[in-house]
Amino acid sequence: MAQTTFEEISAADFFYRNRDIAGFTNPSRAIFVAVRELVENSLDAAESHQIPPDIYVRLSYEGEASQDTQIYKLRVEDNGIGVPPRHIPSAFGQILFGSKYKLKQQRGTFGLGGKMAILYGQITTHQPATIVSSTGISKTYMYKLMIDIQRNRPLIVDRRVLINKEMWKGTIVEFTLEGDYFRAMPKILDYFKQTAMVNPYANLTFVDPKGRLYKFTRITKEMPPPPKETLPHPYGVDVELLQRLIQITPYTSMNEFLRFHFHRVGDITARKFLEFSNISPSKNPKKLSHEEIVRLMHMLKRFREFLPPDASCLSPLGEDLLKAGIVKELKPEFVVVHQRKPSTYSGHPFIVEVGIAYGGEIPKKGVFLVYRFANRIPLLYDEANDVSFRVITAMNWRRYRVMPDMPIAILVHICSTKVPYKTVGKEFIADRPEVRKEIANGLREVARQIQHFLSRREHVDRERKRLGVFNKYLPKIAQFSTQLARREKPPDIEKLLASVQKYGAEEA
Amino acid sequence: MGPKKHKSSILERKKEVLKGLQNLGSSIYDQMDQGNFPSIDMPSRSTDNIAYDEQLRQFILGDRRVRRSVRNLRHLKPFAQLVWAALFSNELSSQRKTSTLRDVYYSAQAYEMTFKDQQESNNIITDLETILGFSREDFNIFPEERSAVFGDLTIEYTVPGYEGKTLDLTSHPDGVLIGPALTSSEFVRTSADKVIAIEKGGLFTRFIEENVHKKYNSILVCTAGQAPRATRHFIRRLSEELNLPVYVFTDGDPWGMHIAMVIISGSANAAHLRELNTPDAKWSGVWATDIVNYKLPTDPLDEMDMKRLYELQKDPRYKDPLWRREIKTFMKIKKKAEQEAFSRYGLTYIVDEYLPRKLEETK
Repeated sequence: MAQTTFEEISAADFFYRNRDIAGFTNPSRAIFVAVRELVENSLDAAESHQIPPDIYVRLSYEGEASQDTQIYKLRVEDNGIGVPPRHIPSAFGQILFGSKYKLKQQRGTFGLGGKMAILYGQITTHQPATIVSSTGISKTYMYKLMIDIQRNRPLIVDRRVLINKEMWKGTIVEFTLEGDYFRAMPKILDYFKQTAMVNPYANLTFVDPKGRLYKFTRITKEMPPPPKETLPHPYGVDVELLQRLIQITPYTSMNEFLRFHFHRVGDITARKFLEFSNISPSKNPKKLSHEEIVRLMHMLKRFREFLPPDASCLSPLGEDLLKAGIVKELKPEFVVVHQRKPSTYSGHPFIVEVGIAYGGEIPKKGVFLVYRFANRIPLLYDEANDVSFRVITAMNWRRYRVMPDMPIAILVHICSTKVPYKTVGKEFIADRPEVRKEIANGLREVARQIQHFLSRREHVDRERKRLGVFNKYLPKIAQFSTQLARREKPPDIEKLLASVQKYGAEEA
Repeated sequence: MGPKKHKSSILERKKEVLKGLQNLGSSIYDQMDQGNFPSIDMPSRSTDNIAYDEQLRQFILGDRRVRRSVRNLRHLKPFAQLVWAALFSNELSSQRKTSTLRDVYYSAQAYEMTFKDQQESNNIITDLETILGFSREDFNIFPEERSAVFGDLTIEYTVPGYEGKTLDLTSHPDGVLIGPALTSSEFVRTSADKVIAIEKGGLFTRFIEENVHKKYNSILVCTAGQAPRATRHFIRRLSEELNLPVYVFTDGDPWGMHIAMVIISGSANAAHLRELNTPDAKWSGVWATDIVNYKLPTDPLDEMDMKRLYELQKDPRYKDPLWRREIKTFMKIKKKAEQEAFSRYGLTYIVDEYLPRKLEETK
C-alpha cells in the first residue's frame, strides 16, 4: 500500500530547493543577483536614516569551480545604520527574518534576497559568511555564520567583539560563491550605472575580479524624504484582510473601525461611506456576518469619495534628483522629467516618474534605450515583458517627432508600497491597467516637451545652416561675377547679407 | 566656300562666347550691386518643355522658362557653381586652353567650390549652355570620348602654337582625332564629294585600308558608337560649309539605327542647343531589309532590343516611311546583324559590293 509522507520543510529548505524563484537560475545570473541584493540592502540601510550611502563592493577571484564557473569572494561594505549585535545571526542566517514586513516603500519586500545570496554561497562553496557590523557604538561585532538549512537557523561558527575607536557605523558582508563573472559582467556594470542614475546621492565603488575599479560618485547629498509607514487603503482590501482586521481590532463601532484601520479615512468620509453602504455607524465590526464582510469589501471598492492614498508612504526620487541622476550618468544634451500624481492599483499607492534624455553621449542605436526602475532598483532582465516597455512600444512616437534612430533614452521609475512584480526575481512589472495608464500619461507629457525641444532645435539648426549657406556662397558669387564682368571691385553684398540675417532673426 | 569666311566665323563665334560670358557676369554683378538677390532666367529643360520641331528637324525647348534666384536657399549653391563655371569657361576661352568635363569637376575644388559628383558638375555646364545658347565645346570644355576622321581634307589650325599651320587629314593612316584642335580649325580645301560616317573603329580602319576615301572620293568619319557632340557638330560643318552629302553606316540593330538618327536629328538632351545635327544626312545601312536581302548571319533581338524598338516607334523623329519600314522589319524578323557580318562574303565584299549599292540607293 502506497504511503504518502507529509513533511514540513523550513523556509530555508524551501528556497534551497527552489532557488530559481529568487533569481539564482544559473552561475552568471546568480552572481549578478547576489551583488544586487546586497547592494540594495546596503542602500536601504543607509537611506532609512537619511544617510547618503557610501557603498563599496569587491569581487575577488578565489579559484576554479568547474569548466565555466569560478569561486569568487564577494564583499559589500556600507555606511548604513548597522545591525544590533543580537540580531546579526538571524538577520543574516535565517530566511524570512527581517525588518521589511511593514507597509512602506522599500527596495526589498520579502527580506529574502540578501540571505538567499548567502545561502547560495554556502550551497556552492560550503564556506561560512562573515558579517561585521556596528551601530556606531564603541564596539564592532564580527560573526562567522552558516545557515542550518533544514532547521532554518543560523549556526555561529565564530564571534568576536572588536574595539570601534572611530565609532564606525555600517555593515560589512563577505562570503564566497560560485559564479560566472565574465558572462555577468555587462549586466553588473549596467546595474551599477543605472543604480547611480536613480541614486545620485550615493557613492558606489566596485572592484571587479581583474582589479578594475568602477567609481560612481554622488553629485548631491540631498535625498528624497524617507517613506512613512501606512495603513491599507480601502480600495486595496480583500475579504481576507478585512477578516484579519476585524479579528484584531479593539474598536467596537464601524465608524472607528474605518477611521483607525484605513488610510485616508476620517470621520466625515467614514460617515458618508456608511450612509452610502447602508451600514449603521455604531455597528460592531465583530458582529459582521460573512456575507456582510463580502458586501463591505464590494462597497469599499465602489465608493467614489475615498481620497486617493497620499504619497507619504512612498519615496519617489523627485524631478530634480531624477534629472540630476540622468545628467550625471547619461550626459545628454537635453533631458526632461516628469513625476505623476500618486495613483493606486488595487488599493496600493504608486507614483510613476518618467524621463526622456536626448543627444549628448547617448548612442544612436536604432531603438530607444529604455531604463526601467522600481523603487530605485534597476530592472535589467526580461525587458520585453515589462509594462513600461510595452507602453513605450505601443506609443505613437512619430506624433512627437521622436524617431527610433535618434539618440534617445527613456526612463520609467515606478515606486509603490507593493510593486506589481511578476516574479520574486524582481525583473519585470506586470501589466496593470492603472499602472499602464500612468506610465502612458507620463510619457506623453515628457514626449510633448521633447517634441518642443526637438522642433526648436531643428529650427535653430535650419536657421544656422541657412545663414551658413548664404555666408559661404554670396561672397563667392560676388567674387566670380566681378572677375567675369571684369570690374574693379566686388559689389556691395553687405546689405544682402544683413537682410538674410534679419530675415533669419524674425523667423527664429 | 572660300577659306577666309570660315576663319572669321570661328573667331567670331569665340568672341560671341566671351561676350556672352561677360554679359552674364555683368548682369549678376549689377543686380547685386543694386542690393538685389541676383537671378537668372533660362528655358526649362524638363521633358514637358521639349518638343520636336519639324522645320529645324531637331528637338527644341518650348517657351517655359525657369528662374534661378539666390533668394532661394536651394538655388544658392547651384547658382554659385554656375557663376564659377562661367568664370572657368571664360578663363579657358580667353587663355585658349581646353579642358574636359572631368577637369571641371576637379578644378572647382581649387576655388573651394565643391560638386557632389560628376553628374552635378555636368548639369551645371548644361545650365550654362542653356543660358548662353552655346555648347560646352564653345567654352573649350570637351567630353572624354574622341572619334576620328580620315580623308582628303586640308584644315588650318587656330589653336595657340599652331595658328596658320595646315594638315592633310590623310596624313595619318589611323585617322586624326576629332578633338579641340580639329573642331576649332578652319576647312581649307577638299576634293571629296561625300562624307561617310561609320559606327565602328574596326570598319573605319578597313575602309582606309581598302582606299574607300579614294575609290568613293569621300571623307571618312568614325563615330565610335554614339557620336559625341563635337563630332556631330563637325559632321554638320562638313555638310554645311563644304556642301557634302553625308552617309551613315551603323550596325543593323535598333541602337545602330539610333546612332544614325542622332546625327541626323539630334537628341532630346541637346534640345537647348542648335547646329549639332545634320538634317540632310542619310542612314545607308545596315538596314533590317539588308539583313534579309543579303542573308547576313544574325543574332536574335533580345528583350532590351525589342523594348527599344517600341520606344523608337513612338519617337517623332522616326516618322519617315523608310524608318517605319525598317522598325517594322526588325520587329518581324526579330534579328540583328553587325557591320562585320558581311565578312561571310569575303573581307572586301562590303567595300566592293555593298557600299556602292547603298550609296546609290540612299543618294
